[in-house]
Amino acid sequence: MKGPEINNSSRRSFLKSTGHLIIGFSLYPFVSCETKGTPLAPYNGTPLRQHIDNKLIDSWIRLDAEGYLTVLSGKQELGQGIKTALIQIAAEELDIEPARCRIINADTGQTVNEGFTAGSNSVEGSGKAIRNAAAEARLYLFKLAAQKWNTSQESLSVANGIIKSKKGDEISYWKLLEGKFIEEKISGEAVPKNPSQHKYVGQPLKRDDIRKMVSGESHFVHDLRMPGMVHARILFPPSYQDKLSSIDLSQVESMPGVLKVIQNGSFLAVVAEREYQAVQAREKLKSLAVWNKTPIETLPKQLFDTIKKTSGKPEEVKLSPGIAEVIANTAISHSAEYFKPYTMHASMGPSCAVALWEENLLTVWTATQGVYPVRATLADLFSREEESIRCIGVPGSGCYGQNGSDDVSGEAALIAKEMPGVHVRLQWMREDENKWEPYGTAMGFQLSAGMDADGKILAWDTNVWSDSHSTRPNGRAASFVSARHLEKPFPFQKGGFSAGSYRNGIPEYTIAAKQLHLYTFSGPLRTSSLRGLGAYGNTFALESFLDELIHKSGNDPIDFRLGNLEDPRAKAVLEKLAEKTNWKSRQKTETNGFGIAYSRYKNSTSYFAVLAEVEIDKAAKSYRLKKLTGVIDSGLIINPDGLRNQTEGGMIQSASWSMLEEVQFDREEITSTDWTSYPILRTMETPEVEVHLIDRPDTPPMGAGEAAMGPVSAAIANAIFDATGSRIRDLPLKAEKVDWKKV
Amino acid sequence: MPQNITLRVNGETKTILADPEEPLLYILRDEFSLNAAKYGCGLHQCGACMVLADSKAEPTCLRPCSSFGDTEITTLEGLTKNGKLHPVQQAFIDTQAAQCGYCLNGMILSAVALLEENPKPAEREIREALDPVICRCGTHSRFIKAVKLASETINR
Repeated sequence: MKGPEINNSSRRSFLKSTGHLIIGFSLYPFVSCETKGTPLAPYNGTPLRQHIDNKLIDSWIRLDAEGYLTVLSGKQELGQGIKTALIQIAAEELDIEPARCRIINADTGQTVNEGFTAGSNSVEGSGKAIRNAAAEARLYLFKLAAQKWNTSQESLSVANGIIKSKKGDEISYWKLLEGKFIEEKISGEAVPKNPSQHKYVGQPLKRDDIRKMVSGESHFVHDLRMPGMVHARILFPPSYQDKLSSIDLSQVESMPGVLKVIQNGSFLAVVAEREYQAVQAREKLKSLAVWNKTPIETLPKQLFDTIKKTSGKPEEVKLSPGIAEVIANTAISHSAEYFKPYTMHASMGPSCAVALWEENLLTVWTATQGVYPVRATLADLFSREEESIRCIGVPGSGCYGQNGSDDVSGEAALIAKEMPGVHVRLQWMREDENKWEPYGTAMGFQLSAGMDADGKILAWDTNVWSDSHSTRPNGRAASFVSARHLEKPFPFQKGGFSAGSYRNGIPEYTIAAKQLHLYTFSGPLRTSSLRGLGAYGNTFALESFLDELIHKSGNDPIDFRLGNLEDPRAKAVLEKLAEKTNWKSRQKTETNGFGIAYSRYKNSTSYFAVLAEVEIDKAAKSYRLKKLTGVIDSGLIINPDGLRNQTEGGMIQSASWSMLEEVQFDREEITSTDWTSYPILRTMETPEVEVHLIDRPDTPPMGAGEAAMGPVSAAIANAIFDATGSRIRDLPLKAEKVDWKKV
Repeated sequence: MPQNITLRVNGETKTILADPEEPLLYILRDEFSLNAAKYGCGLHQCGACMVLADSKAEPTCLRPCSSFGDTEITTLEGLTKNGKLHPVQQAFIDTQAAQCGYCLNGMILSAVALLEENPKPAEREIREALDPVICRCGTHSRFIKAVKLASETINR
């Protein structure tokens, strides 16, 4: 880093003039100013300015609000608690109480481009950048103070943003900077704190957004109220390929409160003064629209057979020549097929966005997981310069993956274009969300393996069939589904990212010969990223199949895994699970069953092992998931309660996917349109969950949000097998698939 | 045809001009600028739109506003009295019972209604009370914990 000097660039005033003031909604998450010592002035935010590039401290760390640290991150809050974790990281390096820290997330007008909030990498990616930037800021401030007092940096200390010298000089960060900002580059010179000195990292700091939410304060994109805002609804075609044949719009135009009816090809929208008027106008549109129907080709029951037949040449992800003969010649050889159906994100709140179209600026308030990719896609949709579009991330209804948030952002902008200068709020209806969100794809798995007589696995061969796990906005307009329905439709092309499909498809266990082939098919339903991508289905198949092998070789599920894993951290989660659940002394009865599963997410991040306990009712031909106990190691723990919350939630969400969920459709359309036709787990059936953490302060923090998904599904299937002797190989794990005569 | 409709919301009586068939949810959001009750399904299946209607947790996304008559309507915003959180709200903070938080309105109001009628509920009763509310993030176990904690606070 060069010598300290404060830049008072003219850039600030320039960006201020191009920035966009928002009235009626605060961009800044205000926290009550409870801090020890002197009371603080209210936080008024930092002046709006765009980041120049991610190499500048100012792109991540800002100290221009007196007494406060403002952190910037390109990652969005999805309910995973990322705001709090990132604040803890920055607060730690700068020695400022978290209560004096604020964070701005995902705004193309302010934050850096960090792509998508996905793959459990916010702490790994954004957290690392913020840690480094904060450490650099601290070093920079120390240099300034040392220069001011003509002393050495080493003689200085800091507490809650106030630097002190040994001679008794004192100055706060903010006084030192005099309202200017740190435009230095991140040099790599600053060394982040040693974990043994951590004060805030590792603490169960409470999320401030929960305080707001329990009082019903404005929080979601759904809650935005802009001056003069109008309400929109769209009417989708009944099914993917259907085209609008005819409609009499005049009957809708004359309805009370209706301001505009838009038809562009098969894209239909209404705008009204009041939200309920828009809902009614949409109902009217629905009753009037006449469609040219194109049937859905494949039905759910034929799906696995069809995808196996229609797939072309596979991708050779890992080859082991001659593996088929190796397996055929082993003492115990086994093969089986597994299946995962289409599953829904099924956000509780149908997707929503607000858009404002002005001559020089299109602004979209969006719950997307990627503000920059959505901006690029809007630029393509409207042939506008990206610089004339601002996407402001606002939390949406959770789901962990790509729900309708991106699409609704594109549609709100399409509608806003027809009503320049007016804030347009568009929300999807329940059936829009259920029928049009991009699902987690159906997948098929064909596994074979061979063991020696002692149960040592010698060869393992995996074949995976999958459609895309990633059709997120990519700068091409057609990634917004409605862009495909316009009069001049944008042609849709799937991306080439296949790694999500075979994520966790190769077992981590010590096996001499391993092979994996991926067959990519193009299925009948729209698909994209759902929590864990292919890791969920692959881990379900692999860890169920491993359980089959363990059973065939007469081994213990935990001992067997321990004996075939080398990584000590992998072994540690299993050992802790055995200890915490008293595995060795478990009480097997006629009516219960225990299932174990383990995986290291992406074969490279968090370690997770789980025990599922089920209780069966033979007379009622049903089972109940009683309890899930999980152990997770995700490296250095930033916030133990946050990690626990993410893991508990992942376990329960996976239990719901695994036991209940399957998108239903017929030739005409998707038939899972609401919570009756697409039931998910509710409180009555929720299992007890228990989570144990392993902290590894000397190793980097790793993403944890997706670690539980796959193992939980296999653990439940394994427990059902333990209880009933029936191996269910196709999700969901419905009780009717158990052979109750055998029990 | 719009009519004058009188509603009692969070202790205030207000007369508005609205379609009597308009579900209460939209009235709360558009006329009262309240955020807590949310649209989730429009079918009374998910509980996102709950309010307390004379102390009972009721969905509002279908039920016409005019049908509420003299009912005392309390929304999540109205639970906080003189800046003091209701014990259930406080318990949700203390147990950090949320992920995305879209379901909190329904969860908290269902819990308040339960504890008003039954201050010492068994776990099964808590589960039954929260069952009408959907949660997609899988925070159910924390909600149960939060209601147990609130029950302890109330009975202390």
